[in-house]
Amino acid sequence: MISLSALVSIGFHGLAFAMVLYLISVGLSVTMGLMGFVNLAHGVFAMVGGYVLTSLMSRFGVAFLPTLLVAALATALVSLPIERLLYRRFYGGEELDQVLLTMGLVFMSVAGATYLWGPLQQPLQPPAWLSGEIDLGFRSFPAYRSFLILCGAALVTALWLAIERTRFGARVRAAVDNLRMAQSVGIDTSRLFMTTFALGSGLAGLGGGLGADLLAINPSYALQNLAYFLIVVAVGGLGSIRGPFVAALLLGIADSGFKYLLPEFGAFFIYALTMAVLLWRPRGLFGRA
Amino acid sequence: MIAPALETRGLYKSFGALVVANSIDFRLKHGARHALIGPNGAGKTSFVALVTGALRPNAGQILFDGAEITGMPQAARVKRGLVRTFQITALFRRLSVLENVTLAVCERQGIGGGLLRPSGHYRAAIDESYALLDRLGLADEALRPVNMLAYGRQRLVEIAVSLALSPKVLLLDEPAAGVPTGESSMVIEMIESLPPDIALLIIEHDMDLIFRLAQRITVLVQGKVLVEGPPEAIAADPEVRRVYLGERVPA
Amino acid sequence: MTTIRAVDAFARRHRYKPLEALPWVAAIAAYFAFPSYLALGAQILATILFALSADLLLGYAGIVTLGHAAFFGAGAYIAGILAAHGWGEPITGLLAGAGAAGLLGLLSGLIVLRTTGLPLLMQTLVVATMVAEAANKASFITGGDDGLQGMEVWPIFGELRFDMFGNTGYFYCLIVLFLCWLAARHIVHSPFGRSLTGIRENVRRMHAIGAPVGRRRLVIYTISAALAGISGALIAQTTQFVSLSFPSLERSGTVLIMLIIGGVGRLYGAFIGVPLYMIAQDRFATAEPVYWYFWIGLMMVLVVVFARGGVLGLADRFRR
Repeated sequence: MISLSALVSIGFHGLAFAMVLYLISVGLSVTMGLMGFVNLAHGVFAMVGGYVLTSLMSRFGVAFLPTLLVAALATALVSLPIERLLYRRFYGGEELDQVLLTMGLVFMSVAGATYLWGPLQQPLQPPAWLSGEIDLGFRSFPAYRSFLILCGAALVTALWLAIERTRFGARVRAAVDNLRMAQSVGIDTSRLFMTTFALGSGLAGLGGGLGADLLAINPSYALQNLAYFLIVVAVGGLGSIRGPFVAALLLGIADSGFKYLLPEFGAFFIYALTMAVLLWRPRGLFGRA
Repeated sequence: MIAPALETRGLYKSFGALVVANSIDFRLKHGARHALIGPNGAGKTSFVALVTGALRPNAGQILFDGAEITGMPQAARVKRGLVRTFQITALFRRLSVLENVTLAVCERQGIGGGLLRPSGHYRAAIDESYALLDRLGLADEALRPVNMLAYGRQRLVEIAVSLALSPKVLLLDEPAAGVPTGESSMVIEMIESLPPDIALLIIEHDMDLIFRLAQRITVLVQGKVLVEGPPEAIAADPEVRRVYLGERVPA
Repeated sequence: MTTIRAVDAFARRHRYKPLEALPWVAAIAAYFAFPSYLALGAQILATILFALSADLLLGYAGIVTLGHAAFFGAGAYIAGILAAHGWGEPITGLLAGAGAAGLLGLLSGLIVLRTTGLPLLMQTLVVATMVAEAANKASFITGGDDGLQGMEVWPIFGELRFDMFGNTGYFYCLIVLFLCWLAARHIVHSPFGRSLTGIRENVRRMHAIGAPVGRRRLVIYTISAALAGISGALIAQTTQFVSLSFPSLERSGTVLIMLIIGGVGRLYGAFIGVPLYMIAQDRFATAEPVYWYFWIGLMMVLVVVFARGGVLGLADRFRR
């Protein structure tokens, strides 16, 4: 039987993993749902965030929190020309074109990362104030993961508030719901695409940096983790903002659980469960028909 | 009393609060020239979707030649002779005109899934397709990819494909939609020359076309049948004018 | 101007043309011209079959998949495991690989083909990742990270040994490719194959002419999977090794690249794209793998932006 302590561990680590997965994948969900563009290179943005964070901290000794911000901003900036010059011609177009284009970018990113940083994993050295454990009396929790959960929760709340309460959020929701209607109402969808893309990429960069010790930063990052990001989006539902959160939670906790209880099977059951969910709800849990 | 070619009884379909078909009773006689009109959003295209099987009704019955087809999948209805065209041309874009029609003929003949013989072996199907194109004046463009044709000619190919299925009932969804004025007479003449044994249901907005082609008109408003009758009666009906022209009292 | 003669030509599209002998003549000529490259040659031939199977899905049925390597890997592992556990007969190994891959195609197709577009794409990726993970974790039988060791492939018909110069391997792959190509060509020109192009061009219209679309897609998916399985088994048997790179996402991606280079949906794109890619890879990738990745990635981007039709598409433009 599983002990309560083990359950708490699984829940805790699953939650931390879920936060990272969500931060990275929410941008992808919106890109696929809003722009009709399958961006297989989305993981590259998370990777860029991770490299920026680890490089700035280890080579230049910059403090943790400012570096996180820089990582997010840098990623968002890098994503802008890619969207403007390349992606935008293929919105709503043929999947094959999008798959090949973004796969090509992934390959280039693998080469680029290997050239710049070498083939080995970049370890994350959390700052001193986040190392070690937090003792809550009945048990202690790793400090960094706790920070991850809290930080993630804060970001998710801020994101949801922004979507629900701001004019920008209203425009995004309108455009996801019915693009033509949104255009006829006067929403500048071209600029909206650009802004949401940058926002989603920035969040991915942030998630990649924050989660550097959960998803190892190495040149093949985008390829290795592609399946998980796509699962979060597919199970959550394209274009949904909340759906991927539920999916990330399910995936994070299932991943932790299976790794703890049935390590010989690895992620096999996760994929099988994903197929089962998609069989039941082909458009995802919160997807539109 | 011969059963009508197509009939619906109490056909009902809703999407949540939106009711697109509100207990529609409808009868299409054999060989009819029947038009279905109504303002935008009245549910005309939904009606076609329900009748052809692209949409499942919540309640009601659909009968084809007296037999119930309410639960039948779309392909089975096509095999029985219930055929439709699309409001926005839906053809096999990069394939030739001849190929478009031949695919339909092969499906009708049940050889569409054949794996043993090359498709060229079925010369009868190809000849039949070509003859059909010839009859409709499309023979000259038989080998051109269909997306290279003028839009009006594409609408003709759309009708050709539907004729290739030997329809008993043909639902034409806005056949003249999007056709430049210079080419619309082609389409209208084609419809006029369709064989009299096919029952036609035409959805249209173009009143001239309707009054030229239809012997009977059904007016659909918000999923309900408002009124049905011969063209002169419909034209004179004050309710119809109110629905189309607003609350203004007609002069 | 269309005359009855043009319609005759339409009805005779499936007849063999002299130019179609070219790939086979070239393959036999290559045997004599490049005797020290037969091992690479055999790999090229087997990969052409893999790309051909992917073209049936991609170019003809219009099904974009990111998981075709799953079938390649399944065929390879089955043939490999048989040979490593005492049954090294190559032809039955080939058939077993085809059967396993075909079965996987049928079962996954039942799930995956229920949608189209982006959801379908993602589901194919999940299936492929699942197969790769299974191969990874079942390392007691697949060899896991180290790869499948100890394969012993028997001589074909008891007579033709697989020697280290690759003679037998080359002709083994050539003949299997030829037979499978005959089958693929036959499928493409049959009414079934023509209906696939209809499904690709306009699914709605296909339903509206009464075609059983779901069934047709499932059939071609299964056939394509079986052919991919054969190609995987060929590589396993001629190199006597199977690794986790066989069912990888990378391999699914590179087969798409090879097809795009040659031209999708024309049956011969594979014959052009695969040799071009693999010869280039053989020359450049071993020297500087990092640069190879970069240039291939860049090329993919450029091809998509500028030259979507591939080599055959450019040839078309010149002919006009």
